Amino acid sequence: MSEITNVTPAVEEKPFLQRLKGFLINYSVTILFVIIGIVGIWLSELPAYFLVSELLTRITRNSFLVLALLIPVLAGMGLNFSITIGAMAGQMAIVLVSHWGVGGFPGFLLCVVISAPIAILFGIMTGRLLNKTRGQEMIASMMAGFFANGVYQFIFLFALGTIIPFYDERMTLSGGIGIRNTVDLSGDNGIKYALDGLIKWPFFYVLMGACALGIVYYILKLNKAKGTHVAKSDLNKTYLSMVLCTMGIAVGAWIMFSPTLPIQVKMMQNLKLPVITSLVVIGLCLFNIVIVRTKLGQDFRTVGQDQHIAQVSGIHVDRVRVIAVTISILLAAWGQLIFLQNMSVLNTYGSHVQIGMFSIAALLVGGASVSRATVGQAILGVILFHTLFIVSPKAGQNLFGDAQIGEFFRAFVAYGVIGVSLGLHAIRKAHEAKKG
Amino acid sequence: MSEAIRNITKKVGVPRLIISLFFLFLCFSAVSLGLPFASLSSDTLTRFGMNGILVLAMVPSIQSGLGPNFGLPLGIICGILGSVLAIQFGLVGAAGFWGAIIISMPFAIAVGIAYGMMLNKIKGSEMLVATYTGFSIVSFMSIVWVLIPLNHPEMVWPIGRGLRVTIALDSTFGKILNQFMMLEFGKFKVPTGLLLFFFVMCVLVWIFNRSRMGIAMKASGDNPKFAIASGIDVDFYRIVGSVMSTSLAAIGIVVYAQSYGFVQLYQAPLMMAFPAVAAVLIGGASAQKAKISHVIIGTFLFQGLLTVALPVANEAIKVGNLSEVLRMIVQNGIILYALTKVGGES
Repeated sequence: MSEITNVTPAVEEKPFLQRLKGFLINYSVTILFVIIGIVGIWLSELPAYFLVSELLTRITRNSFLVLALLIPVLAGMGLNFSITIGAMAGQMAIVLVSHWGVGGFPGFLLCVVISAPIAILFGIMTGRLLNKTRGQEMIASMMAGFFANGVYQFIFLFALGTIIPFYDERMTLSGGIGIRNTVDLSGDNGIKYALDGLIKWPFFYVLMGACALGIVYYILKLNKAKGTHVAKSDLNKTYLSMVLCTMGIAVGAWIMFSPTLPIQVKMMQNLKLPVITSLVVIGLCLFNIVIVRTKLGQDFRTVGQDQHIAQVSGIHVDRVRVIAVTISILLAAWGQLIFLQNMSVLNTYGSHVQIGMFSIAALLVGGASVSRATVGQAILGVILFHTLFIVSPKAGQNLFGDAQIGEFFRAFVAYGVIGVSLGLHAIRKAHEAKKG
Repeated sequence: MSEAIRNITKKVGVPRLIISLFFLFLCFSAVSLGLPFASLSSDTLTRFGMNGILVLAMVPSIQSGLGPNFGLPLGIICGILGSVLAIQFGLVGAAGFWGAIIISMPFAIAVGIAYGMMLNKIKGSEMLVATYTGFSIVSFMSIVWVLIPLNHPEMVWPIGRGLRVTIALDSTFGKILNQFMMLEFGKFKVPTGLLLFFFVMCVLVWIFNRSRMGIAMKASGDNPKFAIASGIDVDFYRIVGSVMSTSLAAIGIVVYAQSYGFVQLYQAPLMMAFPAVAAVLIGGASAQKAKISHVIIGTFLFQGLLTVALPVANEAIKVGNLSEVLRMIVQNGIILYALTKVGGES
């Protein structure tokens, strides 16, 4: 996976032990999560098929939202808690589109189009606000999310049907004012599986295909690099990736073609991957990687490193920051559409509330920090965080005889991860300030 | 004339002015709608006393330079733990109330010291880290409430395990302060004990502010560099601020619970910091400066607004809880406004 904020310095290779130590410190949260995940899987005794299929659904459902967080990190604004505001924009579009009765894939596209101007407007407003709260962007974006939630509730509970004329048999509350708690998206006018349902291919065939493509890519890369000097670690990385791809093909082939398989594993042949959704997520990954190479991306990075220097070198710092937040909020609006077409029920007053917190926790679990986040960390984080989400109620049930404990535990972990990561970042910042 | 108006707005502050005018408007609408004014005003007084100490907990925190205490749930948890243990020990009535406070104090002081030491390491990001520390401790304690080996029949579920989500205090120390020396003028009731307790706490904090220690604490909050130069151990006074704030939060929740009639466990303390922060900010405090008068004015305005808004809003729109939405907008709006004032400097 490519790294967006990594400025590769030409330093000599450090001794292995030292590098290992650095790795262990930087990725302590990730490693801890791998351990918790494995223990959780073991305790929960969930069938492998259930676990994998649930995980697959959650990865395609949530990755887009997590990836929406990356650009503000690059621009030095930290973790953008205000992606909830983007999610609200997405939900507004969904309510309108289901009111007009446009369902399926056209409905989804219409949602994408309608949510864009709303999200951009919200994004510009949020960005301006964050420019006024410089140095406290993260808590300000969190409070902005809470505040916006109040306004959102006001609009959807009281303004629709009174100030704004609106009536829809399926959505309006019995009193004629406001929208119901849940809006079903599975009818003709809904966007249930609008994206997921387009193309579904067996997961392991797709995996094998993708790995084969990967191997071809790396071979071409090696051929191209022939004759030029390549750092040894880069070379090792390429070989490692090739080995992983080969293993992917082997696992895929084993599950799809092996005649003697336990029933639990055999069931995995039925796993289906929503291809279009995955392509959209991969597209966003590429967007996050490519944007760094553009003029705008360089501006983000410069502003992120030092606002003062950026200002002096002629970058409109405030404008760049507003653009960063706006892109993030726009992506979050679309991410929420992907999320909801998979959930197939719009929880009008709840779907957006915890999006910010969960996405941020997932990103941090992947090893990201307040000042540095990569595409790879985002995807890894989604996998680890959602593994915990799937197994913890059952693990709590098996360990303490109470599923509630598992749920409290995962909330504790989500909040705790954010708190610890923010704390560590603050300590590092205070340390640097003392040194500088 | 416009000069005078500008002076007044500058002195009172735009948000406080807007909220005061809105409060007055609501009061007038309440009267003109023929709502029972006597019971509304006694409700306002009760909620004022009930929430006052939680808001007061913001003062030492802001004064010592920690900013508004978004980690209030830490102290609240200590208070809840005290109440739960007091009930378990069979303390009833006044003994139950004071017992809850006394039992919670060692926890609150220990937590306050640890919390203060943590905040000393993360100077500059106190508010955000505090918020998430509070959130995660509330979730952690939710696990503890399930597993804690207490067995008082009022507290545990009749079937299943763990403590109840809300514990009724009717048979222990519910309303004990509210009913102490209560004055009744027809429907207008004054919860004298509650108000008295709140004012005594205010006076205690006020006296502390004027003591040697209080002045040093304020100095280290106002201007840390200057304080260090004059030989004040800033880190120590930040811990003092944190301990005081946590202890006041613990006392505050016991007072709140006795007035409400229930101890609320599990997720209830999760969001309790925000209304308290908002109240002190409405009273005119900022993230760097707070006085006792800000607490009194802010709590009265905020709680009064919410109390009066409820029936007025119900007259306007019959469905839904408009007053709850109003609370969210006012509360989070005022915190955002205060944050824009912090960011302007750095």
